[in-house]
Amino acid sequence: MSNVKFSKEHEWVRLEGDIATVGITDYAQSQLGDIVYVELPDIGTTVDKDGEIATVESVKAASEIYAPITGEVSGVNEALNDDPSLVNSDAEGDGWIFKLKVADEAELDELMDPGEYEEYVKELD
Amino acid sequence: MRYLPLTDDDRRDMLATIGAPSIEALYRDVPEAARLTSLIDLPNHQGEIEVERHMAELAARNVNAGSAPFFLGAGSYRHHIPASVDYMIQRGEFLTAYTPYQPEISQGTLQTLFEFQTMVALITDMDVANASMYDGATSTAEAVLMACRVTRRKRAILSGALHPHYREVTETTCRYNGTEVVLSPPVTDGGEDLTGMIDDSVACVVVQNPDLFGHIRDFSALAEACHAAGALLVVAVAEIVSLGLVAPPGAMGADIVTAEGQSIGNPMGFGGPHVGLFAARDKFVRQMPGRLCGETVDAEGQRGYVLTLSTREQHIRREKATSNICTNSGLCTTAFAVHMALLGESGFTRLAEINHGKAVQLAERLGRVNGIEIVNDTFFNEFTIRLSRPAAQIADALAAVPILAGVPVSRFYPGDDGLADLMIVAATELTTDEDMEALANGLEEAL
Repeated sequence: MSNVKFSKEHEWVRLEGDIATVGITDYAQSQLGDIVYVELPDIGTTVDKDGEIATVESVKAASEIYAPITGEVSGVNEALNDDPSLVNSDAEGDGWIFKLKVADEAELDELMDPGEYEEYVKELD
Repeated sequence: MRYLPLTDDDRRDMLATIGAPSIEALYRDVPEAARLTSLIDLPNHQGEIEVERHMAELAARNVNAGSAPFFLGAGSYRHHIPASVDYMIQRGEFLTAYTPYQPEISQGTLQTLFEFQTMVALITDMDVANASMYDGATSTAEAVLMACRVTRRKRAILSGALHPHYREVTETTCRYNGTEVVLSPPVTDGGEDLTGMIDDSVACVVVQNPDLFGHIRDFSALAEACHAAGALLVVAVAEIVSLGLVAPPGAMGADIVTAEGQSIGNPMGFGGPHVGLFAARDKFVRQMPGRLCGETVDAEGQRGYVLTLSTREQHIRREKATSNICTNSGLCTTAFAVHMALLGESGFTRLAEINHGKAVQLAERLGRVNGIEIVNDTFFNEFTIRLSRPAAQIADALAAVPILAGVPVSRFYPGDDGLADLMIVAATELTTDEDMEALANGLEEAL
């Protein structure tokens, strides 16, 4: 996952072509506990960087997911409707949440690389 | 706990402690013009006997609903409440129980709420109902907010035959949150068609059945038009007893049903406290306002009840909560559940049949009075009459008898001359033949 970037809000972004796949990090899922519901965005929705785009609900709380970059929603992980626990079991893989058509690739540079995120999380603990 | 008012010494000590020269000094941030400069001129205190005598004199100036022929409805209905309802809700376990956050000590209250929800879902023909709202009006306002969340749109169309109080509360609730509330003008003949107003900017259309004027509507086509445009249909029910006979909103395709539950187990009580019912389609459950009670099993596999899906409520999510409702009408909900359990399905249907029968009898009797035209082709226990003179004058004249004849539509729409001769009259299982004769004769004389 070398082409993966991380946000301070604990989302990961993987860029393939001009499409970015977004999910929450393994650290985030471990903090939230058992995920019981993911409210997916509508395809075609445009969102600014840091805008609210989805909601992840655990047994403890419902938390907003913020768009780590600006773009238009081009796909959502329908599998989460039947099995939201995918976010727990494979947060940075099968538990992806939505895909964005990227508006400005330069915004990715403002995000953290895996090493930086690891450091960031260490400081939080 | 004893209640002892503060003494002058207490006040002096408190002011000295916080370093304020006087109580008035604490109010210096309030503009001078808004402050009282002297005490309000109130009579001196009196003994308990004198106070009771005074209050009894004041109370005697009202006409009690049970003391005169009574035909008022339009959102609040006089029904019989079995004595057993009052007995049950006055049991300490129900009377004092607050929000049951702790399921380990609240199984009785939680089970009652769960059964209440089940009853509401069954009679409205919806998938899921919550543990109640404050009343039909706030329920309807919450439904509009919910429809905006679901559709991510900010525009609601409110029927002209929706109860004006529901319209006003919805308008107030939406005034500062960016939701546009479109008030369709009043339509008194039961023929309102809102399909032409629906487009892809509309979050929801809100209608009422039976409507304000008593007409029974079929909203199936409206539901289809809403869904084709991606909007939700909200159906409000102001007289819940109607659902014993009338096709439920869920069967017509409603997405959210709001209702006033006062008619079952609760007195009119000058307009409150009442109990708001709120039901929705399963797929919208996470956007529902208020408390939801769910059935589950404990660690030993035994059935139990808990508050569920609470993660979007304000004690957890604060400003991002689905609603700012903090509680529910717990005791009124209990009264509803007890009365409905006593009635059962067949009893509820029978109650509705009696209500409708009384209203039919009343309509037939009033139809024979000169100067009265029955507006409705369809109705449940309430209908609208057109009088040969302004309805408000007639209502006042009959109140002096006293006969509480009905609700003049001009009370809701003052200044609208086209509505001035209309009066909404209701009959329930408590309406007697003598009451109907008295009203018919009274109207005959007054018109």
